[in-house]
Amino acid sequence: MGKTLFEKIWDSHIVVEKENTPSLIYVDRHLVHEVTSPQAFDGLRMNNREVRRPDLTIATMDHNVPTNDRSLPILDQTSAIQIQTLEKNCKDFGIKLFDINSPNQGIVHVIGPQLGITLPGSTIVCGDSHTSTHGAFGALAFGIGTSDVEHVLASQTIWLEKPKSFEIKVDGKRKNPHAVTAKDIVLSIIKNIGTAGGTGTVVEYTGEGITDLSMEQRMTICNMSIEAGARAGLVSPDEKTFDYLRNRQYTPKNYENLVEYWKEHLKTDPDAKFDKTFTLHIDNIAPQVSWGTNPGMTCDVTESIPSPEDYSKDDQNQKKAAAKALEYMDLKQGTPITEISIDRVFIGSCTNARLEDLIEASKVIKGQKVSEKVRAMVVPGSQMVKKQAEEMGLDKIFTNANFEWREAGCSMCLGMNPDILSPGERCASTSNRNFEGRQGTGGRTHLVSPVMAAAAAIEGHFVDVRNLDLN
Amino acid sequence: MEKFKKIKTIVTPLDQVNVDTDQIVPKQFLKLVQKSGFGKYLFFNWRYDENENQKEDFILNDKKYQNSKILVTGENFGCGSSREHAVWALQDYGFSVIIAPSFADIFYSNCFKNGILPIKLEEKSVEKLKHESGELEVDLENQILETNSEKISFDIDSHKKKILLEGLDDISQTLQFKDKISEFEKQSKIPSVL
Repeated sequence: MGKTLFEKIWDSHIVVEKENTPSLIYVDRHLVHEVTSPQAFDGLRMNNREVRRPDLTIATMDHNVPTNDRSLPILDQTSAIQIQTLEKNCKDFGIKLFDINSPNQGIVHVIGPQLGITLPGSTIVCGDSHTSTHGAFGALAFGIGTSDVEHVLASQTIWLEKPKSFEIKVDGKRKNPHAVTAKDIVLSIIKNIGTAGGTGTVVEYTGEGITDLSMEQRMTICNMSIEAGARAGLVSPDEKTFDYLRNRQYTPKNYENLVEYWKEHLKTDPDAKFDKTFTLHIDNIAPQVSWGTNPGMTCDVTESIPSPEDYSKDDQNQKKAAAKALEYMDLKQGTPITEISIDRVFIGSCTNARLEDLIEASKVIKGQKVSEKVRAMVVPGSQMVKKQAEEMGLDKIFTNANFEWREAGCSMCLGMNPDILSPGERCASTSNRNFEGRQGTGGRTHLVSPVMAAAAAIEGHFVDVRNLDLN
Repeated sequence: MEKFKKIKTIVTPLDQVNVDTDQIVPKQFLKLVQKSGFGKYLFFNWRYDENENQKEDFILNDKKYQNSKILVTGENFGCGSSREHAVWALQDYGFSVIIAPSFADIFYSNCFKNGILPIKLEEKSVEKLKHESGELEVDLENQILETNSEKISFDIDSHKKKILLEGLDDISQTLQFKDKISEFEKQSKIPSVL
């Protein structure tokens, strides 16, 4: 029987394999950031251990960096200490760091692909659950905890039980691909399979609905695999993949030879069997807006807030969860999504802060102004995205519309830096998690695409963006 | 890591599904550079109001559960962020066993690195345990949970069981395979970054 793409990458990275126990898997790329690494480096020091392969390890600071003027000192002392700690750790252990003043600084999952560090067929780990993003390039990429960060630093390997394989086929063509985006596809998937639908699996996204997407859109899809519970999500690499990575700053010298090899090897065999499958037809899907406190609590922009009964389909636990979510979100069943007013807009995060995202959002706001009731900000995913956007004049489009134009970082996706919601504030956000308090204690998050976020900023509420002229 | 021993305490029932790691430890407490002292931040936004007074209706604030080491909760516990701080907080607070119908993958794996035993049980059994008023004994060696009235067996991967029972250091185990790792590196097709 043939093998899936995931199985091929898995098999080619086994260092030690024994029956009925986890396998020792080799790690080709280890990405490190300031929040989940300090305790790992401490562990190495305590045990007199070295970093085995500093040349496969790359660090940057993204989670808690301020996004205002970079020449100002960091006011939050605990953040400053965490950032200094990463600088010291990288220096002590010989690891390449893109620090706060580097032109390559940015969200770790934005800079990896942008610099050609992410490669097809490779294994990539990072102490961050959205590492699944890199799967868009046909890499097996997943998040790990700090103990495993230490383990990978020391050994360049990780013990893993082999996950199951899960094919999510995205069939059909969107009628309006500017209004119905990759974000809407992945939110639809999570809405259908649930936040634990992918637990214990590695997802391979297949079908016309995926091959049609650009690399940046595929990253949006793979990024949110973890929100469906999957350890990783990946897409078989094709010409778009190889073109994207060609001539980047860290693209390997023997790249064309690698491409030849990848073309031959990085495909699921026609006779391979997945452990699980799900198909989403996207011909008629609508723009999505989350209404609850997990990404599965999502509906079409044309719908109304569901009742806990309708949402839960008779599952008492889910019904309770939905009622709690509506209370937290201060929403009533039956309210049309387009009547929900917002206070804040955040365009950013490893899900949706790449150049294409900013281009698409800018089309909506060109020549318009942000609603007076709304405070809106754009946080580019990396300093390089920011620079490219500025070269295109996008910053002017945003600032002329009264958006704040910031420096790169994770920012209000998780609110570890000063960019947070105040209690009770409601935000249209292009990020990935709408958990209670995620963007600020008491804050209320609605997950949407960049286009929807931009439209909501102008109108002050959600709108069916299919009615806008976006071409 | 300390060896996992038999424990016997009352259970703390946290009657919620999809408890994410943002709830277990909110982000404002992720800035510490050490592993200790996270217990006071466990479920912070659920435990305390805006003035940092205890919320009476949250289960952990009920004195009855003060010495409980066993948390019993709903499906998909620990979903979301990979932050191991969530496990450090549970452990520092005093929990050493978490029982649920299912766990998120990264959280589940983080537990074993810190001496916490996550037990997956059928939903029916979990529901029953949530209402158990007496003490529950957790015997990992024999994979048995025992209440006043019944014994329930549970499954666990033998390798993970060994790690907890013997308190093994993962890294020193792995470094015994140094030669194999070097061998692997010689044939690897993926070049260095720099």
